[in-house]
Amino acid sequence: MSEPLTIALIGNPNTGKSTLFNALSGSRALTGNYPGVTVEKKIGRTQFEGRQVDVVDLPGTYSLAPRSIDEMVAVNVLLGRQADVNRPDVVVCIVDASNIERNLYLVSQVLDLRLPVVVVLNMCDVAAERGIQIYESMLSCRLGLPVVRTEAHRQRGIDDVRKAVLSAAAGSASATAKPPEPGSSGLKIFPEAFRQECQALSAKLTEFGRTETPEYLLERMLLDVGGWLETHAETPRQAELTDWLHQARARLAEQGCPVPAVEARSRYAWVRKVLDGVLVKPTTRPVTFSDKLDRVLTHHIAGMAVFVVLMLIVFQAIYRGAEPVKDLFTAGQQWVAGLVGGLLPPGPLNSLLVDGVVGGVGSVLVFLPQIVVLFLFIALLEDCGYMARAAFLMDRLMTRVGLSGKSFVPLMSSFACAVPGIMATRVIENRRDRFTTILVAPLMSCSARQPVYWLMIAAFFPATYYVGGWVGLRELTMFGMTSLGALVAIPVAWLLKQTFFRGETPPFVMELPGYKWPSPRLVLNRVYDRARAFVVRAGTLIFATNILVWGAGYFPGDHTQTDALQVVVDQAQEELAVEKEARLNLETRQQELAALLKSATTEQQTLELKTESTDVAGRLSELDQKLESLSGETALKVADLNRQRSELLENSLLGRLGHAIEPVVAPLGWDWRIGVGVLASFPAREVIIGTLGTIYSMGGDEEGLPTALQAARRPDGRPVYSIPVALSIMVFFALCAQCSSTLMVIHRETNDWRWALFTFAYMTILAYLGAFLTYQGTRGWL
Amino acid sequence: MAASHPETLDQLTFGQTARVVAVDGVDAISARLMEMGLFEGEVVESLGAAPLGDPIEFLVCGYRLSLRKNEARRVRIAGHE
Repeated sequence: MSEPLTIALIGNPNTGKSTLFNALSGSRALTGNYPGVTVEKKIGRTQFEGRQVDVVDLPGTYSLAPRSIDEMVAVNVLLGRQADVNRPDVVVCIVDASNIERNLYLVSQVLDLRLPVVVVLNMCDVAAERGIQIYESMLSCRLGLPVVRTEAHRQRGIDDVRKAVLSAAAGSASATAKPPEPGSSGLKIFPEAFRQECQALSAKLTEFGRTETPEYLLERMLLDVGGWLETHAETPRQAELTDWLHQARARLAEQGCPVPAVEARSRYAWVRKVLDGVLVKPTTRPVTFSDKLDRVLTHHIAGMAVFVVLMLIVFQAIYRGAEPVKDLFTAGQQWVAGLVGGLLPPGPLNSLLVDGVVGGVGSVLVFLPQIVVLFLFIALLEDCGYMARAAFLMDRLMTRVGLSGKSFVPLMSSFACAVPGIMATRVIENRRDRFTTILVAPLMSCSARQPVYWLMIAAFFPATYYVGGWVGLRELTMFGMTSLGALVAIPVAWLLKQTFFRGETPPFVMELPGYKWPSPRLVLNRVYDRARAFVVRAGTLIFATNILVWGAGYFPGDHTQTDALQVVVDQAQEELAVEKEARLNLETRQQELAALLKSATTEQQTLELKTESTDVAGRLSELDQKLESLSGETALKVADLNRQRSELLENSLLGRLGHAIEPVVAPLGWDWRIGVGVLASFPAREVIIGTLGTIYSMGGDEEGLPTALQAARRPDGRPVYSIPVALSIMVFFALCAQCSSTLMVIHRETNDWRWALFTFAYMTILAYLGAFLTYQGTRGWL
Repeated sequence: MAASHPETLDQLTFGQTARVVAVDGVDAISARLMEMGLFEGEVVESLGAAPLGDPIEFLVCGYRLSLRKNEARRVRIAGHE
């Protein structure tokens, strides 16, 4: 039996790397985070000719020059220094044939790692379209490496990659084989002076107590001024090392090898030598379909118009398109809840299953349609190459708040729902920009805030219209509330950039890749990946939060009386339904009789019909009386039940907490009931509506809720609610982080609990201050 | 006129080409620009700017690269026949 193999897949962005990964690993990949960083770990387990192979997908990159701990991951994986990944036996380096010069730059760095490499030449069709020809056997000879030609999106050449990997692994496993010299054809990459400094550095590091540093890391220490390796050299004598590196770089500059220019100069010179005679390309670049398309899509007017339309479509799709599926899920959830609820007698178990478990699962699933729809669009736009144009078009606008064009789509998506929006920030490769975007995304007014706005507006804002009916007070309030979060996000983003994410503006050096047809397989895979990641990683915690909040609202409290009353109410309602149906039958009969009477021909018939008619009328009035008293009784029982529920909630842990925080929320114009509503809505903002329904003894009657709110009185008889209170509640909900799903996703995406806690803290403080200022500022004159 | 004798890449007239003389700075941004193919001797063509004037699109090494004016300013250029 042969040992399992580990292969690492690396390449520039937009080279078809993900497609190749899926083709090689059969798309069954395990995804997760590398510990302590935000880099996604993606490993596919598969078999090549019966041998077990783990394919490690590394993030797409133009260069292996680590500037941050995130960028260090790829280098550590390749060098076998990443604890949770086996050292790769073979590195598969995917190269875009239409852009081979820049792609070979990365290959030359990988070669410095002294690992067996297989070069995969992808996108040869695009190269051919541009009139570019590559003689791959000659290239293979020059590089001293196997070169395989593929068309990954058509699944062509994948078997050849597998074969090349196996033979490369076999070659390196034989005892005599030494790791290949970079460019084993004898082409040295760096000039002699630089290599001497590397050796000197190695000696220096040994002297400083650092053992055995791989050659590539020595190169990086010298080349990356202020880079990760220089600043994290794992030596107690860091300051001395920095001094030494400074001197070494000065020496190199004197000898005509200035850092960092020497790297690009040497590597591109090496690339030119390798490609001399291997690459044939036309002297003038032919204008392709992609170029023509770009003239429209990046055009000042047409490009912006297309962009606006596209974004509207995406937004509408998340906002509206996902709605029917969401309703379907809600209906399914109610059906299951009814089924489970019907099987068990009322009691703690019933409540736990119906309100806790089914409700909890529902609150996870409710996000899935939005995630699927958004990622469908994102994957499509990204795979066809448009996403880079969107960032290009929007960059100027976003730089004003200190972000880049890449933050636009995630933030726009957050207006529908912050959960998929935050998950979409993975396209932002700069950590500071990405984290800033993640932290302000929950401020965008998502769809879950709207029910809260509508409730308050319907209850307290008259349907007044101004400017001849064009501007409505309600619509104006709604618009104000929807914009509030985005407006607040601007100074917040700026502040975050000045404090936690301080640093020089990250470069916006972005390739605009050629357009291509998106691959359905890749797109579906990406969507599935995201949906799965959400359910598995965030879903369990969202579920747990739901159960916790359910428990806080249920315990402590004696529910036996309520449960017994529930049984009575259920029976009464059933009885009522039976009687109502009986009445309906009688009514139908009465109408039938009236019709028959008109067409009656004989005296006898008329008489019979009249007798029955009188009888039916009598029974109807009897039934009406019975119905009246019955529905009166039922209504009393329901009111009693709702009152008991309200009392139970008031005395529950949640209710007591609500009372406890009353002094804190009083300056916002709130009473303890609103406090409870806010506490209970931690799993999701819209939960406040159901909680207020319970507190105001309305049960599930949401239509009557605005009236109940208008009628609510404080102990001293003053109304609880007024326009300032309603405004204060709305402002609070516009700015607060009452959405456990968002917080769980922030935790997952930043791989750190502290950012989730920070978001909760800063948004709650903002919301409190906002509500306070709103209430105190408006109560004098509204 | 700056446009007729552009000294840095951000000043290059759209549709014109120039040769890179040097990239200023030793930090990550400069290193990145060089990695992407902007180093001495390379020929660059300016393709046009985004609707809001920034960033600018260039043709480098046969591919399209977008740079902000701030970054393009680091790339010193000379006229190219």
